[in-house]
Amino acid sequence: MKRFTCDEVVELVTVYMEGELDGPTGYRFEEHLGGCEGCERYLGQLRTTVATLGDLRPDGLADDTREGLLSAFRDWRRP
Amino acid sequence: MSQMSYQEETIVESFTGGRLPPDDVVVAALRAGDEAMFATLLDTWSRGMLWLARTHVSTNDSAEEIVQDTWLAVVRGIGGFEGRSSVKTWVYRILVNTAKKRGMRENRTVPWSSVFEQERPTVDRSRFQGVDDPLPGHWKELPAAWPTPEGEVLAAEVRGRIAAALAELPPRQRAVITLRDVEGCTSEEVCEILEISAANQRVLLHRARASVRGQLEDYFETARRSA
Ligand SMILES: [Zn+2]
Repeated sequence: MKRFTCDEVVELVTVYMEGELDGPTGYRFEEHLGGCEGCERYLGQLRTTVATLGDLRPDGLADDTREGLLSAFRDWRRP
Repeated sequence: MSQMSYQEETIVESFTGGRLPPDDVVVAALRAGDEAMFATLLDTWSRGMLWLARTHVSTNDSAEEIVQDTWLAVVRGIGGFEGRSSVKTWVYRILVNTAKKRGMRENRTVPWSSVFEQERPTVDRSRFQGVDDPLPGHWKELPAAWPTPEGEVLAAEVRGRIAAALAELPPRQRAVITLRDVEGCTSEEVCEILEISAANQRVLLHRARASVRGQLEDYFETARRSA
C-alpha cells in the first residue's frame, strides 16, 4: 500500500480532525503521523489554532442595544 | 474528566455551545416571557452573530443593527417556531437572511456563491522536497516548534493576531471558521445556516484553518527572529 507523503497529509488533516477518513485511509494517515515529526507538529499546531479560536472573546452587543432588546422582549411577551 | 486540561475543557465547552438547556426548555421559557432566558441567549450567541453579520456588511454599526433586527424577529417569531431545526440554527438562519438583505441594500454583496475555492494546496509546495530530493513530498525543514504561550500578555497577543488573521480571510471562509471554531457550531449546523454542502463546508474550513495557522507561524517566526 502506498505511503502518504507529508504534502498529502497536510491536505488531509481537516478530514482527519473531522473524523471522516475511512478506516484504511485513517490507518495510513496515523501510520505516517507516528513516524513523522513534521506532520505531527503540523497537526498539533492546527489543534492549538482551533483551541485558540475557541478562546476568542469577541466584543458582544453594545450595552444600550442589549438593554433595548431586553425591553423589547418585555413589551412583546407581556403586552 | 478531572484530568482534562484547561484547553481541552474549553474545546468541549465551545463544541457543546456552552451550557444552554435543551431546545424545548428554551422555547417554552421564551414563550412564557422568561427574560433571564432571553438574556442568556443574547449573551451566548450575539458575539458570533456580530462576526457573521460582519462578513456581509462593511461596518460594525451595520452588523450591530443586523443582530438587533434578528433578535427582534426572534421575539416576534418564537410563538410560531416549529422545531424543524435547532433554535440556534433557526436564529442564525434569520441572521443570515437579514444580513443578506441589508448587504444588498448597502450595495455590498459579498461574492458568497462565487467560484468554488480553488484546489490549490494550503501549504506552500516549496516547504516540501522536490522530485530530485531524497524524500519527495516530505518536509524540507520541519515546521518550527511554537512556544507555549506563557503568561497573559503572550496569550493576549496570540489572540489578537488570530483575530486579525480571521478578519483577512475571504468572507465564506471567515463565516465557516467563525461558526465552527469560535462559536462551536457542528458541521451540520454550519451547512444549514449557510446553505452549503458538507464537502464545501469542509473545504472552506480546511483553507481557513490552514491560513490562520500560517499567520500564527509567521507571527512566531517574526517574534523568534526579533528576540
Ligand atoms: Zn509527514
